[in-house]
Amino acid sequence: MAQEFWRWKEYNWHDPNECWKNAKMLTAGVDVGSVSTEAVVMADGELCAFSSMRTGSDSPDSARKAMEWALKDTDVKLEQIRYVVGTGYGRVNVPFATRTITEIACHARGANFMYGPTVRTVLDMGGQDCKAIRCDDKGKVSAFLMNDKCAAGTGRGMEVFADLLSVPLEEIGDLSFQVEKEPPPVSSTCVVFAKTEAVGLLRKGWPKNDVLASYCSAMAHRVYTLLERLGVESDFGITGGIAKNSGVVNRLKKEMALEPLTPRYDPQIAGAVGAALFGRTLAQKEATVQ
Amino acid sequence: MIANYGYKDGSGEFFITIDTDRCNGCGECVPRCPASVLEMILNDYDENVAAVTDAQRRKLKYSCAPCKPVSDRPMLPCVAVCKPEAIRHSW
Repeated sequence: MAQEFWRWKEYNWHDPNECWKNAKMLTAGVDVGSVSTEAVVMADGELCAFSSMRTGSDSPDSARKAMEWALKDTDVKLEQIRYVVGTGYGRVNVPFATRTITEIACHARGANFMYGPTVRTVLDMGGQDCKAIRCDDKGKVSAFLMNDKCAAGTGRGMEVFADLLSVPLEEIGDLSFQVEKEPPPVSSTCVVFAKTEAVGLLRKGWPKNDVLASYCSAMAHRVYTLLERLGVESDFGITGGIAKNSGVVNRLKKEMALEPLTPRYDPQIAGAVGAALFGRTLAQKEATVQ
Repeated sequence: MIANYGYKDGSGEFFITIDTDRCNGCGECVPRCPASVLEMILNDYDENVAAVTDAQRRKLKYSCAPCKPVSDRPMLPCVAVCKPEAIRHSW
């Protein structure tokens, strides 16, 4: 079978210190996105296990699988988890979630955990949309802006380009810098139009890397205009899958003249981390009411 | 929280901004909008506030057009009815 270049690696992780053993309270967050699903388990506000996988056609099933996979190498059972919060596009499809919270609030909270309390501006570059968020030192959203119409400037577009150019998705960032001269950005970030334009450029004789560079810089510019509209305050952090694409991140950094913070964990799980932290607060609130 | 609902495309920027710190949850804007763009929601921080409905977020340019004639534009009904001045349009 031909290699499928867009297929990024699914994986799971657990804390080598087995922090769940002495935990008072376990909470979990499941972020069912349009492209990827992440499940995170936290013990008293510290990360103990997570998984990251592709969302299939069946959202409840992906949520269940992601959770099982996160717990696989731990001896924690789903029943032991006190509070599960669902988030992301498919948040209503997490059958074992106690409550759902929008991904905007979760990403702000998750970024606060990943980047520390100094983060004020968060850019979530997800699979199918992109959000600019401003938050306070507790990770509470103070302003947000999301492009509700169009998937331009997002992970799915990168997958399409990986496939078109036969380049593994993870290598796009590095390859996009192996160019003689930075090419002008493609004129549209709309996946369909950009793909048409890219095919044209390839047929004109452009090297693959130039086409990648051209798409990455168009994407960086596009999300920059979103951030500009909301207003940027430092420190700045990027979450979501594209945060791992150096081609977009470095170009965005140049355009903003601002250095993004380095995440403590995989930035793709930020939404699920935020959801698990919300779960902890909600469970504590419940306990005081009773 | 400054909530921006809407989109930006080749023809311009179309955002309705709701300042949830100003919104007092009265809900008067909801029946006032002839295109049913607004609704009341309980947001993530358990505040009862106005928001743009999911279905309308991607077509505000068209849904709001009848209230935005080219000349003699009166104050928008949603903006006029909001006493705490929590609603703004970007275009």
